[in-house]
Amino acid sequence: MTQYLLSIYQPDGVPPSPEKLGPVMKTIGAMIEELKAKQLFVFNGGLHPADAATVVRRDHGQIVMTDGPYAEGKEHVGGLMVIKAADLDAALKWASRLADALILDGMDRGLGVEVRPFHHG
Amino acid sequence: MSRATADEVARVFREEYGRAVAVLRRHLGDLDLAEEAVQDAFSVALERWPVTGVPPSPAGWIITTARRRAIDRYRRESRRDEYHAAAAALMTSDESLEDEVVSDERLRLIFTCCHPALAPNVRVALTLRLLGGLTTAEIARAFLVPEPTLAQRLVRAKTKIHAANIPYRIPDASELPDRLQPVLAVVYLIFNEGHTASTGGALMRVDLCVEAIRLGRVLLDLLPDEPEVWGLLALMLLVDSRRETRTDGDGDFVPLYQQDRQRWNRARIDEGQSLVRRCLARNRPGPYQLQAAIQAVHSDAVSGADTDWRQIVALYDQLLAVSPTPIVALNRAVAIAEVDGPAAGLALVDVLDLPHYYLSHAIRADLLRRLGRTREAVDAYGEAAGLTENARERAFLERQRSALGLPVAPRDR
Repeated sequence: MTQYLLSIYQPDGVPPSPEKLGPVMKTIGAMIEELKAKQLFVFNGGLHPADAATVVRRDHGQIVMTDGPYAEGKEHVGGLMVIKAADLDAALKWASRLADALILDGMDRGLGVEVRPFHHG
Repeated sequence: MSRATADEVARVFREEYGRAVAVLRRHLGDLDLAEEAVQDAFSVALERWPVTGVPPSPAGWIITTARRRAIDRYRRESRRDEYHAAAAALMTSDESLEDEVVSDERLRLIFTCCHPALAPNVRVALTLRLLGGLTTAEIARAFLVPEPTLAQRLVRAKTKIHAANIPYRIPDASELPDRLQPVLAVVYLIFNEGHTASTGGALMRVDLCVEAIRLGRVLLDLLPDEPEVWGLLALMLLVDSRRETRTDGDGDFVPLYQQDRQRWNRARIDEGQSLVRRCLARNRPGPYQLQAAIQAVHSDAVSGADTDWRQIVALYDQLLAVSPTPIVALNRAVAIAEVDGPAAGLALVDVLDLPHYYLSHAIRADLLRRLGRTREAVDAYGEAAGLTENARERAFLERQRSALGLPVAPRDR
């Protein structure tokens, strides 16, 4: 088994209304229950918007803190999930289910999910 | 047994490398180790075969030798228990080299090389390296990238396969249509790059066409019951049957309607057409089969004028239904122009949004020329010539343009 990080990339700005978000959260909740039942679930969590982030780095001997996310951009990681899967194909299937949940009614393009393996899964 | 020359060893290398790596990959569990072992075996072959001759089963010899070399290497290098365990596993692993086992391993490797999680250019490089047995230098030369860049691309790909745990697995029936598509696309891309080299002085790179057809045959061998695999091989064979007539003595491009059809390669046409007939009998059409059928209609015609353009339009209608791309619509417009006249064709070309595709301008130029709209034709030939990277095609377009006898209008840029 390999462990995979599934990162959900969200656009910055005002989140969709609770009415729109409700069905999305419900589908993801059901997916997590299924992962747990199959003992493939490790962790999940949602994040505050990227404005709440701080970057810390040692630079020329002192710790320097920068307000805001590490990478500038219009999309940032908004939530993540860690799962176990037999191989990348299995992980991609779960990621596809997540991606299927992450598309609001009436939109052509949903949120991107990055699938990335951990060392020594 | 005859004595082998270095050339013969090189030929066996090209033919058997993929098979050997696929089998060794299973035993060793790692692509890099498999490649190393197979390369070791070939360096032994280079020493021995000139003296002993080529063994009756070169692939079997290479695989057995590679396995022994891998065991030796483990023994030499092993201090740790895990190496002993690996060497022991290698020695006890089944020696069977039955065709079926080997075929399965090759097929697994193809699907790994063409996995959708890898970038398309990486799929092409991996397939040529691991299945085609081309060296890194040869692939780099074929695609005009610096060798270190290509080598790095291959290393990164193999690292990803390993780290992300991309499986070596034959997709099941429900996944096969989706997973077969990128495999066919990789082989066709190699063929197309050979057919019209995207840059450089020569129109074609015959070696890539030959390689793509060889890979097409490997696929046919491994997936004998997939009509799209038949269609792809048929398409490549039919297009390649005109290889000798596509250029004149000076290496300049000769369009289809001016080619000497007597000189088309009969063997490739016959093989391609018999595959197309198999596809028709199966009646599970797909994009490659339809493209092959269109090429088969051209191959049937004894002259350009004798071409059954109505049949070609009907096939393009079907193709457009399964792959509704502007490129297909453009090719259909060419066929429509032959049936309903250049004005009808031009009306279809003009609504397409292909501003950067040289063929769109070249086709427009030809239709404008036939309509007597010479001024516009000159401009369109100029656009087309400016967009192609292939020097031979550019020369052809410029000849067409100067044949119209109008000076090139000064252009605002």
